[in-house]
Amino acid sequence: MAIFIDETTTLIVQGITGRDGSFHTRQMLEYGTRVAGGVTPGRGGQTFEREDGPGVPIFDTMEDAVRETGANTSVIYVPPAFAADAIMESAASGVRLIVAITEGIPVLDMMRVHAYVTDHGTRLLGANCPGLLSPGRSKVGILPGQIATPGSVGVVSRSGTLTYEVVYQLTSANVGQSTCVGIGGDPINGTSFIDCLSEFENDPETKAVVMIGEIGGTDEQDAAEWASANMTKPIIGFIAGQTAPPGRRMGHAGAIISGSAGTAAEKIEAFERAGIRVARKPSDVAGLVQQAL
Amino acid sequence: MNIHEYQARDILRAHGVPVPPGEVASTPAEVEAAARGFGGTVVVKAQVHSGGRGKAGGVKLAKTAEEARTHGEAILGMTIKGLVVHKVLVAPAEDIASEAYVGVIVDRGSKRPVFMVSREGGVDIEEVAARDPGAIRRLAVDPRYGLLPFEAYNLACALYDVHAQQRACAKILRQLYSAFVASGASLAEINPLVTTPTGEVKALDAKFNIDDNELFRRTAIADLRDVSAEPSAETTAREAGLTFIKLEGNIGAVVNGAGLAMATMDLIKYYGGEPANFLDIGGSSNPEKVVNALRLITDDPAVKVICFNIFGGITRCDDVANGIVTAMKQIDIDVPLVIRLTGTNEKEALEILGGAGFTATTSMDDVVQRAVEHANGAR
Repeated sequence: MAIFIDETTTLIVQGITGRDGSFHTRQMLEYGTRVAGGVTPGRGGQTFEREDGPGVPIFDTMEDAVRETGANTSVIYVPPAFAADAIMESAASGVRLIVAITEGIPVLDMMRVHAYVTDHGTRLLGANCPGLLSPGRSKVGILPGQIATPGSVGVVSRSGTLTYEVVYQLTSANVGQSTCVGIGGDPINGTSFIDCLSEFENDPETKAVVMIGEIGGTDEQDAAEWASANMTKPIIGFIAGQTAPPGRRMGHAGAIISGSAGTAAEKIEAFERAGIRVARKPSDVAGLVQQAL
Repeated sequence: MNIHEYQARDILRAHGVPVPPGEVASTPAEVEAAARGFGGTVVVKAQVHSGGRGKAGGVKLAKTAEEARTHGEAILGMTIKGLVVHKVLVAPAEDIASEAYVGVIVDRGSKRPVFMVSREGGVDIEEVAARDPGAIRRLAVDPRYGLLPFEAYNLACALYDVHAQQRACAKILRQLYSAFVASGASLAEINPLVTTPTGEVKALDAKFNIDDNELFRRTAIADLRDVSAEPSAETTAREAGLTFIKLEGNIGAVVNGAGLAMATMDLIKYYGGEPANFLDIGGSSNPEKVVNALRLITDDPAVKVICFNIFGGITRCDDVANGIVTAMKQIDIDVPLVIRLTGTNEKEALEILGGAGFTATTSMDDVVQRAVEHANGAR
């Protein structure tokens, strides 16, 4: 078991012929992800070629792609101006999970998208996220596959490269992962910490969870409160931005301390109150996980 | 992106919101001329991207045009929270019977635009929220339908007891919502929304924050950016596709990814150092970005050491290594570089760096500890 993606995941890549889309399609195929097709309007009927295996069929629309392949998941690499429409097109096509990698989608678009995908009962991960990885089974997005190894620790994070750092350190310490999920750094995103914690709690293979947060908003505090009431599995936390000044956006659109709200200190306190052990630095995470297991 | 009060007032006016007249001035002579044009008492207000302008002495009343000029001389060129005032707004002073707050903000929790209104205007809404949360009425808007007439009226009734004012306010709230959507804002507020002794409802001061992700499709809004109102290093960084924030310390940091960049700053502090900046070179692979990043950091005379922390994913380590080697040829860098590279094309990167006489580690803790040693040893 794992959460959200596994061997049964069949994937459509939206924007498969673009620079990022084509590069990461190859990476995912190499990892063993079942890429059933791609979508690029105007390129329907063509094939996405690869050197070491059969090509991937390209379709004009998500509707065609899902009808022809029966895929249950899509990943989006299209530019920000078209990404909101691509997400809604995917939801309408009937896939179960949409992973939106695109960075820079306007927040007003994402609010409409959120309402739309909710009505369709589709799970959206992101946008502006690195995707997810169930080691040894499937990888959807841009996480580097070689840093992860199969095991029983679930990882959920708002960050990209900081997630790689923590996963790499876990793997170096021989602590394998069930699924690593990057929920993304935008203020409005489809899947929350709580959604992931809930899935990890119900996943028999996951024995402990690592939750990596950052400054801005109250998602970590809400997750901590939820976890103290609903989680039986141990959680190890880390919060980035302890030295960030208030009022300055730290790269991610969501990473900003406004007034006294959203500080790292506030989040660390919420974690500790909920019984979540907090690592002082990324290299302490693996040790705390080993203690908890 | 931040815009100035006078620009926010223009946006509101364009959407029909009653906003009193005002003129922008950038010299004391222009302040005097504007004040003379209005006649009577005027207010001179600093136009900077910062709250607390009044407390800092950036907002003054003037009874005469001469007095307005004197205030203009004092305010133009003054520094408020590190930002130099280049422009002031000159507007006739209004007679005020009451002050309210109305605002709409992107709410992460409900994933909707949320209106906040309060009878307590003219003060920071965060202060009201902290002191008396019950004094703020909230309403989450369905972004598919926008602010419905009855919703606007309900909010207006929470602010005013006189029917004509309720009607006027409801209209203003719907106009504010249109302005919020049309300008791609993440926050739009009128504070204060005032009533005059004759019962009119007017927007006196306004604040908009624009979602940076909207700028590509709203060129008229993007053109409102006032580069002179931003720290120049941050403008240079933005134009080079980097995210840069200047801090007070002496350890320059070059990192890929916002979360890892913050974690690197934290780790510098953990080992007893002080970061000189937040710098995210982003996800794309481009050696030129590294050159620009090094230029920005070496412009800061406080920097004693530069610390690279790169976890290759989309970013390729060899591109970063090439950027470092190119930068060393183009810029005079007289502080040590400590480098951590791991991930995509790490081996190629180490060869490139080795050929240029650099060493690199694969551990984040190692590189930060070495940076702190350099910074503290050089003190």
